[in-house]
Amino acid sequence: MYPSLLHESPHPDETIVLGKRFRLPDSRRIGTYLAHEGYQGFLKASQMTPEQIIDEVKASNLRGRGGAGFPTGLKWSFVPRQSPKPKYIVVNGDESEPGTCKDRVLIQYDPHQLIEGILIAGRAVDAHRGWIYIRGEYRYLIDIMDEAIAEAYARGWLGKNIQGTGFDFDLSTHTGAGAYECGEESALLESLEGKRGVPRIRPPFPAVSGAFQCPTVLNNVETFAAVPSIMRMGGQAWAALGIPKAGGTKFTCLTGHVNRTGVYELALGFPVRKMIEDVGGGIRGGKKLKAMIPGGSSCPILTGEEAWELNMDYDSMAKAKTMLGSGGVVLMDEDTDMVKAALRIIRFYQHESCGWCIPCREGTLWLKKLLTRLDEGVGTVKDIDLVGDLADNMLGRTFCPLGDAAAMPTMSIVRKFRHEFEAKLGRKTVSMAGLSQLVSITG
Amino acid sequence: MTFSPELEKRFAEMAAKYPEGRQKACLIPMLMYAQDEVGHMTEELKEEVAKRLNISVLEVNEVVGYYTMMRKKRMGETHLQICTNISCLLWDGDQLWERACQKLGIGHNEVTADGKISLEEVECIGACSWAPAIQVNYDFQHHVTPEQLDKLIDDLRKA
Repeated sequence: MYPSLLHESPHPDETIVLGKRFRLPDSRRIGTYLAHEGYQGFLKASQMTPEQIIDEVKASNLRGRGGAGFPTGLKWSFVPRQSPKPKYIVVNGDESEPGTCKDRVLIQYDPHQLIEGILIAGRAVDAHRGWIYIRGEYRYLIDIMDEAIAEAYARGWLGKNIQGTGFDFDLSTHTGAGAYECGEESALLESLEGKRGVPRIRPPFPAVSGAFQCPTVLNNVETFAAVPSIMRMGGQAWAALGIPKAGGTKFTCLTGHVNRTGVYELALGFPVRKMIEDVGGGIRGGKKLKAMIPGGSSCPILTGEEAWELNMDYDSMAKAKTMLGSGGVVLMDEDTDMVKAALRIIRFYQHESCGWCIPCREGTLWLKKLLTRLDEGVGTVKDIDLVGDLADNMLGRTFCPLGDAAAMPTMSIVRKFRHEFEAKLGRKTVSMAGLSQLVSITG
Repeated sequence: MTFSPELEKRFAEMAAKYPEGRQKACLIPMLMYAQDEVGHMTEELKEEVAKRLNISVLEVNEVVGYYTMMRKKRMGETHLQICTNISCLLWDGDQLWERACQKLGIGHNEVTADGKISLEEVECIGACSWAPAIQVNYDFQHHVTPEQLDKLIDDLRKA
């Protein structure tokens, strides 16, 4: 009754680890989960010391799957376990980065895997309470998660003295209400506490002062979902699925102009060429690839030629001055209007800016105005330069990364596809009456 | 103000899910689940939630003003949300949007005269690999063609 998110069978080039139960009948039921190695990772972890669990996660080279790529084991080790305050686990299921739709698959097809990952994290940092924050638009996934949590309580995998291990843990979902900004960890915590989602000044980081001002482990859905297999396989074996410094698999969303769009589980370090040609079945209509955004719309854009030679991992993307990000790959063919693409991306960030920091609040608005003018063919050469200057002035000048997220793709699109902006100069595409109401700022 | 027994039960259980003294955390979930029954953020609803959480109406208004999904006015019986963000744009989501506007004769966050349908151009809804995508109330529809959109609207009008 829910829309299917999977192709009938996995692609042969996928490395199926987290997704191995996805295609089983009733994959989201606890019975299915338990019959297929479910909760075995937690039972193993319950025989280990917290240090051993964290060491295992460190050995796996798991890095945060939400976009920032911070080493997960290290993040967990920052939690002061001796603190007299309660410790909490918070799951970031606010998936809102344009191009990203992988957490939907992980929750829809295997919610217990996420619960098990949370339990293991709880054991590692001595937390006994957790919340799964899910964006409000994903109401059906909140319902799925609520059902799975109820099943886990009923079968003794949540609550007091879980399976006789002496470990207690309580878990519930928490709905968002439509705000991209709440995917940023400190804004998410504000939202969890019943407030506007504006970022907090850091330090202190959530590991020390997070949810309700208590030590908190906050990770993405996919990050927690990876932990049960790390426990079962052992950190080193899991790491070996990927490449050095980036262990395991990554859920990758192929979107845009590709024949077989979809969400695929690929080993870290997967070649872009193979990803597009084999897994994705090539660019739609046999066209050429003009541009690729590797991991959600906030990542600097790559030209087709640049992208073709890279691999899907943190370091390969960093060398090309972009990011692996969240796994939302946006592919654009040779016919794509890059001015329109830049405008659509900035319209999003302008809409989502929380207004807390002026460089972001004003910067995104003026970028939108300038790009609208350029798109409508009434911009000037000065406007093109001003877009670059404005974006450059936003970089690194805001509390949270939203300002950067807006600036980075804009700057890179203008730099790499400047000729397309110039080609629109003096080619008015709308009538005078149809022009957006824009303030002239370049004199 | 009272809600359905199911919702009252949900609210009764909700408070225990947050640390003692931090029940303001219930605010956003309470408003969102209540909106499903009430339709939008009425003054009465905001006052009721403020009273139950022992916070000021101002604190409720702060939150209502911030979150996009919290409806400031009554919307249609069916709320049609069309994504035009980058991955959907590349699959002509913008044309679906234009088509819906023309067919219904309304624009962003507007409601048809009979109150049946409202329209919203939404930011990324997390359906990027199944573009172009729309949401009909909370239900996702993927790979939507212009013909499917027409049929959906026609069916909603008849309903």
